[in-house]
Amino acid sequence: MTSQQPPIDDADLHAYVDDQLPPERRVLVQAHLDADPDARARVQRYRELNLMLVRHYGAGGEPVHPAQPAHSRPRPRRRGLAIAAAASLAGLCSGMLGGGALGYRLASAAAPSIESDLVAPAAFAHAVYAPEQRHPVEVTADQESHLVAWLSNRLHRDVRPPDLSGSGYQLIGGRLLPSTDRMAAQFMYQSDDGRRVTLYLRAGAWGGGQQPFRHSARDQVNVLYWTDGTVGYALSGAVEQAELSRIADLAFPPKPGYPHGPV
Amino acid sequence: MPQDAITAHIPSLRRYARALAPDPDRAEDLLQDCLERACCRMYLWTPGTDLRAWLFTIMHNVHLNQQRRLRGEPRFVTVDEIGDEAAAAPAGDDALQARDLGRALSLLPDSQREVLLLVVVEAMRYEQVAAILELPIGTVMSRLHRARERLRQLMDTDRSRGLRRVK
Repeated sequence: MTSQQPPIDDADLHAYVDDQLPPERRVLVQAHLDADPDARARVQRYRELNLMLVRHYGAGGEPVHPAQPAHSRPRPRRRGLAIAAAASLAGLCSGMLGGGALGYRLASAAAPSIESDLVAPAAFAHAVYAPEQRHPVEVTADQESHLVAWLSNRLHRDVRPPDLSGSGYQLIGGRLLPSTDRMAAQFMYQSDDGRRVTLYLRAGAWGGGQQPFRHSARDQVNVLYWTDGTVGYALSGAVEQAELSRIADLAFPPKPGYPHGPV
Repeated sequence: MPQDAITAHIPSLRRYARALAPDPDRAEDLLQDCLERACCRMYLWTPGTDLRAWLFTIMHNVHLNQQRRLRGEPRFVTVDEIGDEAAAAPAGDDALQARDLGRALSLLPDSQREVLLLVVVEAMRYEQVAAILELPIGTVMSRLHRARERLRQLMDTDRSRGLRRVK
């Protein structure tokens, strides 16, 4: 340890548990924990309490949207709730506010480019993290409820990893990533023979409503991507395009009347 | 659309209200008051700043006001009630855990519970929590510490009591 660093205190242990330490400090706390069984036990207990709180009070307690294109998921009661809430808000707001000023304040920025804001960062994030042996993900799949709550909070929407086990890919975890102008989530999956695919998603005013699956390729990484108007999805892997299509077809089955499949 | 922007935060506001307020009716009041106030004062929100943090600040203030109004009313179960409740019919592990956790949480002072929930359940940065609750960051950290230690104590007591009952 450097002599410049202040000693590890309670605040460090909490920040360690809450993942709010700068990396260099995190390393010091880790070393401190390795040497101090009491502190280690406390941190362990704090973590258990965190998981319990997230589990019983977190997003899991609410019906949530899976991270699937809207056309492929059954429309649950949640939509009714959201519409009711929006309607009641509209009711509350009407008469109190002239729409003009708010419309101005919340006017959305120019539509982002799908290539530069979705496909390119997704392929890059895949290339960076998929080969990682020790730290492929930030939160592992055995803490899925924590992962879901955390990413949902950071992306300000309900985010949930789809189940790709039907195609032979198991979730190993996920991470939060900065995208071009906002946060993105990456879920990583692995097959029995060690192949990895990642699902990258982020919000954006993509426009155009439901979009069919499209393919793109960057270096060694193939990407299958689509948007549902507000969220963009990119499934990436160093695998054949047909393999990506197979995974996506199974995980996001088509509904009659919607565009679907590679174009 | 402002409504859409606020609507997106309703689930997490509702969660927070439920954890803050001792009963569902009061939680729903808290949420409605918060949304109404947010809607009427949308012009006070600075575009480009964190809308979620702004909404949670409003909820915190509404909660404080409600607490002031309701002062004098008993808010949480008493120690005697806890004893009876603990002896109630056995339930699944998960239900037991939920019950123990809810009870332990209700025994924390509001000031500690708020910090704990914002940090853990809403995954907010300490600086954000300090801004929302209008506290120095040192106070956020000491409240977080006290909240966790108290919760740990309460849950461990429950655990050992549960074990004794089983014997």
